[in-house]
Amino acid sequence: MPQTDLTIAGVGGQGSILAGVILGSAAVTYDHKYATQTQAYSSELRGGFAATWVIISDEPIEFPRVTHPDILVAQAQDSITRFVDVLKPDGILIVDDDMVREIPDKIKRIFKVPATSIARNQMKAPVTANMVMLGALCQVTAVVSRQALESAIVQAVPKGKDRLNLEAFNWGFEKVQAP
Amino acid sequence: MSVSEHPLRKYTRRHITRTTTCPGCGIGTVSQAILRAIDELGLDMDDFVFVSGIGCSAWIPSPFYAADTLHTTHGRPIAFATGVKLGLPDKNVMVVSGDGDLTAIGGNHLIHAARRNVDLTVVLVNNGIYGMTGGQTAPTTPRGLTTITSPYGTMEHHFDIAPMVAAAGASFVARWTTYHPRQMTRSIKKGIQKKGFALIEAVSQCPVQYGKASKLGSAVRILEYFKENSVRIDKARAMEAEALAGKIIVGEWVDIAKAELTQEWTELRRKLREESECHKLI
Amino acid sequence: MQDKRNRVLTGTHFEMGNWACTEGAIAAGCTFAAGYPITPASEVANHLAARLPRVGGTFLQSEDEISAVCAAIGASWAGCKAMTVTSGPGISLMQENIGFAVATETPLVIVDVQRLGPSTGVPSVGLAGDIVQVARGSHGDYQIIALCPESPQEMFDLTVQAFNLAETYRVPVFLMADGFIGHMREQIVIPPEGELAIKQRKIPAGSTSPLERRDFQDVDVAPMPVFGRGLQAHVTSSCHDEHGMRNLSDPAVMHQYVMRPIEKIRKHRDEFVQVQADHPEAKTALVSYGTVSRSARAAARLARRQGLDVGTLRLLTCWPFPDKEIRRLAAKVDNLLVVENNTGQLYPYIKAEAAHACRVAFLGPQTLGQIHDPEFILSHIKEMIA
Repeated sequence: MPQTDLTIAGVGGQGSILAGVILGSAAVTYDHKYATQTQAYSSELRGGFAATWVIISDEPIEFPRVTHPDILVAQAQDSITRFVDVLKPDGILIVDDDMVREIPDKIKRIFKVPATSIARNQMKAPVTANMVMLGALCQVTAVVSRQALESAIVQAVPKGKDRLNLEAFNWGFEKVQAP
Repeated sequence: MSVSEHPLRKYTRRHITRTTTCPGCGIGTVSQAILRAIDELGLDMDDFVFVSGIGCSAWIPSPFYAADTLHTTHGRPIAFATGVKLGLPDKNVMVVSGDGDLTAIGGNHLIHAARRNVDLTVVLVNNGIYGMTGGQTAPTTPRGLTTITSPYGTMEHHFDIAPMVAAAGASFVARWTTYHPRQMTRSIKKGIQKKGFALIEAVSQCPVQYGKASKLGSAVRILEYFKENSVRIDKARAMEAEALAGKIIVGEWVDIAKAELTQEWTELRRKLREESECHKLI
Repeated sequence: MQDKRNRVLTGTHFEMGNWACTEGAIAAGCTFAAGYPITPASEVANHLAARLPRVGGTFLQSEDEISAVCAAIGASWAGCKAMTVTSGPGISLMQENIGFAVATETPLVIVDVQRLGPSTGVPSVGLAGDIVQVARGSHGDYQIIALCPESPQEMFDLTVQAFNLAETYRVPVFLMADGFIGHMREQIVIPPEGELAIKQRKIPAGSTSPLERRDFQDVDVAPMPVFGRGLQAHVTSSCHDEHGMRNLSDPAVMHQYVMRPIEKIRKHRDEFVQVQADHPEAKTALVSYGTVSRSARAAARLARRQGLDVGTLRLLTCWPFPDKEIRRLAAKVDNLLVVENNTGQLYPYIKAEAAHACRVAFLGPQTLGQIHDPEFILSHIKEMIA
């Protein structure tokens, strides 16, 4: 795929933006591709909306804004409300099954993973839900190699937390499924 | 015939032969106090950078002093001087400017430099009025005084500068009038030697504008007023507020040692450099 | 990974434009920065605060932007390579003293991470709204240099260049970034230290009397009598002669006080004015600068794919205005579409140079604050050609 446009969205505190940074960093630093990452968030840093847009390409990226993503990763129902309408007609939607209840019928390619309950129950660390989503994304799309993502995660998370986060990533990779 | 030269002439630029002050202005007294302080401390003008703003008093160092002089925009000399001092921590950086410059348009920089305790010596010439622009009310004009912009008398209260700067965190604060040139010189010397923010408020006469507004008229009458109404701070502390109305409290408010900004920066850089050398050895 | 104690962080990074700007400043030898927190520029100051003391420098968080620019000018006269960083509202506050830097020929880098205005506007949304205000916002007549990066990579490269230009020509130089690329992460390649050409200002040697030196108003750039070296420099922003001595009475001195700093930039402009063209034979050209240059290039590519003859010209230098370069382009093309991320700040300047030779039109973003969609530009190209 020459260029993939992604949106990762959630509510503040879920780590959506960090997931986007890790994704871009993995593409550039370890897969030697090109990537841009931008973001927006509400003034309240916890509980408001948060979104990041990532473009990954084999060639230098000219237009750096994502208008119609190929992939939408939604960590909250609010993310569906805000962004599902601009998803490309054949675009892929990956959702946190614990947080997203309603998905418009027109979306055909849907993947689900119970990221919040995995993070809470298996990892005992709710902050790792974004890593579960990254694992799911990696399994579904292979837009960035697993090896690159794992290396980028190790580099991005606090020292001593790498195994926890890699494990969460692996849960997402294993548990994501098309309904 | 031999012409004797003023003993402080060696500190001024040779080619500058006249001042820009009106006859009777207090600026000459303040300027002499500054140069005498430098002379008595045995310091070299090359060890100084002088920074001034806009207004009559800002012309004390610029162009007269034979040193590096930076004549800045209205209200900002302390902001410029903070950058100079942080860039040249080993030099004495002195700000000379007026009450309008440093407490009206530049009031925020004054209190923040005191709070940071950056090692500047500020000689603030307070004549209680805007002189150069024609005698407008200043934040230092006594309430009730009729000026060109308060033709019915000022309704506002004035700043009490020395205690205000002391409260903001300065290491050294003094106030004298031009009737007290020796004391003023002594305090300027202390201010220069102080590692920290030092303010010397020099209450000075503007016979033209303030003389007119106050109806005191001549420089001599204003100096007499200073003489008759000055109260030493130790005495003032024992006096009732009512008895102090209209008085000029003079003396030294603060003279303390506390952590100074440029020294803190030098120390931080040294620590980080050592840490980095350690790291390289490992 | 690079050791963060190094001056130049050679290698490939995936970081924000604002991070790249800081690293460009450090790599260029910046030793003093002052700033006041403001979105979307804060990350530059935040990162400078962490980096500067590790490379022997100083960071001052000032009480306001006025104080920031003044302290930076003061530090520059103290011999530091100095900068300040802010966004539009901060530039508005700095304007008087930007004029001071112009009048006293002070090397200074001012980074403007622009945001949507007027007034408090939208802090986090980038827009090139300050292009005219940085050139004309301080009172009086003057010239400055302003550079327009289009990517985090260029926020590194052009920050280095801004310091080099400031030191070479003794002028304030603006880096006109915006909130979009300031906050965007992308690949940033920092070369080895030895491959970076770094310029230093000239300092006069010899006489300690400014009357025996020419400290100001040399169109070939006077050596700068920095403080602390016994040079007895006299620096004032009031009208002064070539020795720095105030003169408020001689009309000839007033004339040269205004003109010489302007002539200095005009005389040397060919040494540094930079534009970038692709498909120079095309009969329709998109002229742009900053972030939306990327939209323009993407649109031109779409157009060519559809068989339309379209090229682009990007202004890396927006001040001094690249007048010759626009005239040269206008002589070759039939249509010139000016694509700016604002309501048309450089358009009148471009039109003045081009309208005699070709058709000129302006295109702002479809929605202000959202950089042009290439498809949107393409539809206007088609309209113009038809």
